Amino acid sequence: MFIAPFMQTSSPLWVRSPQGKVAELRQELNSGGKKDKNYSAKKIALKKIVANMTMSNNDMIALFPDIIDCMNLPSLEIKKMCFLFLVNYSRMKPEIALKALPILVNDMEATNPLVRALALRTIAYVHVREFVEATVQPLKRLMGDMDPYVRKTAAFCVAKLYEHDRKMVETSDLIARLNEMLKDENPTVVSSVLASLVDIWGRSETISLTIDYSSASKLVSILPDCSEWGQTYILEALMSYVPQDSAEALLLAERIAPRLSHSNSAVVLTSIRVILYLMNYIADERHVTSLSKKLSPPLVTLLSKPPEVQYLALRNAILILQKRPEVLRNDIRVFFCNYNDPIYVKVTKLELIFMLTTKENISVVLAELREYATEIDVHFVRKAVRAIGKLAIKIESAAKQCIDTLLDLVNAKIPYIVQEATVVIRNIFRKYPNQYESIIGQVIQNIDELDEPEAKAAIIWIIGQYADRIENSDGLLQDYLATFHDETIEVQLALLTATVKLFIQRPTKGQQLVPQVLKWCTEETDDPDLRDRGYMYWRLLSTDPTSARQVVMGQKPPISAESEKLDSRTLEELCLNVGTLATVYLKPVQQVFRSARTRRLQYSPALQKTQEDLTSPSWQIAAPVAAPNPVTSPNAAANGSATTPGGSTHDAVNAADNYFSSVAAGTQQMAALDLGGREDGGLGGGGAPPLQYVVNQNQQQAYQPQLAGGAATGELLLL
Amino acid sequence: MLSGILVFNQKGENLIFRAFRNDCRPRLADIFRIQVISNPQVRSPILTLGSTTFSHVKHENIYLVAVTKSNANAALVFEFLYRFILLGKSYFGKFDEEAVKNNFVLIYELLDEILDFGYPQNTETDTLKMYITTEGVKSAIVNNPTDSSRITMQATGALSWRRADVKYRKNEAFVDVIEDVNLLMSATGTVLRADVNGQIVMRAYLTGTPECKFGLNDRLLLDNDSAGPGSGSGSGSLGGNKMGLGSSKTRAAAGSVTLEDCQFHQCVKLGRFDADRIISFVPPDGEFELMRYRATENVNLPFKVHPIVREIGTTKVEYSVAIKANYSSKLFATNVVIRIPTPLNTAKTTERTSQGRAKYEPEHNNIVWKIARFSGGSEYVLTAEATLTSMTNQKAWSRPPLSLNFSLLMFTSSGLLVRYLKVFEKSNYSSVKWVRYMTRAGSYEIRF
Repeated sequence: MFIAPFMQTSSPLWVRSPQGKVAELRQELNSGGKKDKNYSAKKIALKKIVANMTMSNNDMIALFPDIIDCMNLPSLEIKKMCFLFLVNYSRMKPEIALKALPILVNDMEATNPLVRALALRTIAYVHVREFVEATVQPLKRLMGDMDPYVRKTAAFCVAKLYEHDRKMVETSDLIARLNEMLKDENPTVVSSVLASLVDIWGRSETISLTIDYSSASKLVSILPDCSEWGQTYILEALMSYVPQDSAEALLLAERIAPRLSHSNSAVVLTSIRVILYLMNYIADERHVTSLSKKLSPPLVTLLSKPPEVQYLALRNAILILQKRPEVLRNDIRVFFCNYNDPIYVKVTKLELIFMLTTKENISVVLAELREYATEIDVHFVRKAVRAIGKLAIKIESAAKQCIDTLLDLVNAKIPYIVQEATVVIRNIFRKYPNQYESIIGQVIQNIDELDEPEAKAAIIWIIGQYADRIENSDGLLQDYLATFHDETIEVQLALLTATVKLFIQRPTKGQQLVPQVLKWCTEETDDPDLRDRGYMYWRLLSTDPTSARQVVMGQKPPISAESEKLDSRTLEELCLNVGTLATVYLKPVQQVFRSARTRRLQYSPALQKTQEDLTSPSWQIAAPVAAPNPVTSPNAAANGSATTPGGSTHDAVNAADNYFSSVAAGTQQMAALDLGGREDGGLGGGGAPPLQYVVNQNQQQAYQPQLAGGAATGELLLL
Repeated sequence: MLSGILVFNQKGENLIFRAFRNDCRPRLADIFRIQVISNPQVRSPILTLGSTTFSHVKHENIYLVAVTKSNANAALVFEFLYRFILLGKSYFGKFDEEAVKNNFVLIYELLDEILDFGYPQNTETDTLKMYITTEGVKSAIVNNPTDSSRITMQATGALSWRRADVKYRKNEAFVDVIEDVNLLMSATGTVLRADVNGQIVMRAYLTGTPECKFGLNDRLLLDNDSAGPGSGSGSGSLGGNKMGLGSSKTRAAAGSVTLEDCQFHQCVKLGRFDADRIISFVPPDGEFELMRYRATENVNLPFKVHPIVREIGTTKVEYSVAIKANYSSKLFATNVVIRIPTPLNTAKTTERTSQGRAKYEPEHNNIVWKIARFSGGSEYVLTAEATLTSMTNQKAWSRPPLSLNFSLLMFTSSGLLVRYLKVFEKSNYSSVKWVRYMTRAGSYEIRF
């Protein structure tokens, strides 16, 4: 101890070393002596220790015994700092922490309510068996404390103990006592009890939480007297109330509606969640509509909040729009991007704009999207271009307008715009055959700008499909074939198919290319898909050229752009989770958070059956919905570019289907294969072949190998 | 709910680490540092890895991070982080790295108080300042159980935002109506979007527990009024109080305003507003934001801008920007700043203005034209020319929009007016009320 100051002066290296620092602080902590009545020296030392707790790893743990010594000093300020230290380090040194236990237990009987609450709060944070055990008895007493502040602390304390030792709490009567506290006359206590109960419920499959109408009604009546956070806890708990009667649900929803004007977005979004939930139990459509109308303005108002909250509001708007399309019948312009919006806000707004575009507002939207396409952020620009292409597919009457806009953009010759535009124009050709082929020339002009696999595959598809209209189609293909071995598998597959198409349409021009490509694909590749497809074409062409023409140039099934739809089960679940993290990802809750407890609409006589439930689809496109979460996939841009031309594969599958049904065959084995093939396409089983295909701009990359490439029927024919 | 709160500086040093649950391990700090702070690709404020979610907000030069497990209420998380910033600002003036480093203990103490088991508790500055103080001066009071009970009652009571013993010799209330007007105009001069985000900030210096009633020229309310007998009440109360406004001075004095939506401070009785659109409340002491509103109809745009921008070949851009004030000549706007984007390869510029000063800011690729005082009805013009250097890789210029900043007193773009503010208190004192109006540029953008 006495040497410490000496060492300080001796060498600066010593001072900086952990031992030196600890020794120095220890010395400072014990200085002051009897003269220091206010313990100001100790306080200063403690402050330094607290400051060092996070900053300098775990050196401070050496001071644990000294801290324990300070704990009993008659100063609340010192006590708070010591407790903080205790909470931080008790786990690492439980044996020293134990010495603090009597002090805490003693403090829980203090006359000062703040001290009682502080001690209770602190003791329950310590994850050491003795502490947990010592908490139970005093906790029971403090749950009935005369001070509401202590009682609300006690309420949370039960959930804390449940985290430490689930069994112990379940076997004790703590949860029953907690339930009893719901009768407390103080609203803050009641809301804390509810938060605690919901927390416990969330971790245990064995505990169920049920709230009857009279309790729910009472809870709603204390809402105005609670803090904003308390209101949120109560609203969350109300999700466990199952209305037995349509009138009950309506009454409650109308009483909650005023909360939509709260300035705290947590209150607003949680209110929206509860109201949307209750709407499932309201029979009268008129009431549902009038409630829906109330949800829209608050959602839009959240757009004037900080960007993070805006983002959340927008993600939830995407969700709510699917559940209740009538909610956001607003002017689409509120979702137009500001130049300075953060990228995550812009991208989400873009999705909403796409969803809200109709025949009536398409002109305004196109002008806006065109503007976005000139911005700096490449990912955003690409999305904007893609949206224009998707709108052409979504709204038939506006297709011409969309194409003009696209061509306009292509003329600017910015490489990534050209690439993106090429991909969407391919889809437009698919959707509207024999209508817009006049623009092929303009598209082909930019062929040299393309260097991304997806764009290349798209242009190759166009060349192959319209080989007879493009004057130098063989020359163009030849250019690509020159680098065949360096291309990605996606491009190689497209080249194979395009070459075969060329051959079928213009045999003279293609006859030299086909054998060469087939040879490459069957003999010089390691990729099974490419090889299989190569063999398939080979056999097809050598046995029956007429059938080959039917298969390769066959009618393609139509595609649609409604890819943003969630399946009804996910939609139902997410609507019960409005405002939570899962709504940011727009994925089934359990897929993102494995430990989360699932929520389902509970049956009651009042539950209204929705249209979707009745016409439960036999098959569902399980396309992951547009949740391009920018962070979890930092290569979002890459994702975008790697988007698979899903349609083409489905096309292939279907072409094969047609083939097999017309060509008598259809043996058992083939049928089985057929099913397998469709599952590969991400369609998820079912008997009848789907009639609609989706142009999905956000399909995940994972399916790449199966989906890649142009139209072909390789996989199915192999032996 | 929240498992922990972390604060980082820009270098990625972990300044504050407070765990509220056992699942918040120290190594999470490293994960956040690697995945977010040192990752330039971050494009979202929310990052989920496994079952852990990091939600972060950047403020000044620090990152405030909330760690959650499972599917937490994200709105609550961000509202809390922003509340935490607000608290930090009101305690330290500025909530930045320096403030954190100077106040470790206080921040830990605050966190311990405003979060219990990761659930936000009372976050009202006024109440917290009663027992969590910067200097520890008042902690002596807290050692006294009766005073403590008073604090605990307030922290858990229905009026958690107001102390009961507030006293003023002179009772005054100041109301500031602040509107941010947003405009998005297309290159062809059509208004793509024009709306107003309004904010009513009140500074109440009132004794006791006053019950306030607040009236606006809200169309729905006025419609209610004209149906009922209370239509004269507004002007009656105006006579009694000294209001700092002359109704003739604002443009839409005669009309009423349709508010698209309102959001209120938690002191406002929402049930009451929902039923008869009366804004009644017991205000917190001092400054607070009473309400926010949104208006989209009949937005008065204070400035009309006509930019003509011509790209001449690849070497020159010519600008001619005219701006006209579209408000009464009795008013004047201050700090009008017009930012005119220039191409990235601008070498030099020349500007001429009929008023104010223009300057090229190469670091922002802007010509900044400042007019300190802009009287109503007047019109000014800037002509400028930007000379471009040639580039090997000629890329089209993205032409970002031209943007405006200004503030204009005694003018509301929405036409909103405060009709009355009544204060009822049991001691029945008289109080003085002042109202101010101001319109500012929110995102005021003109494409060209």
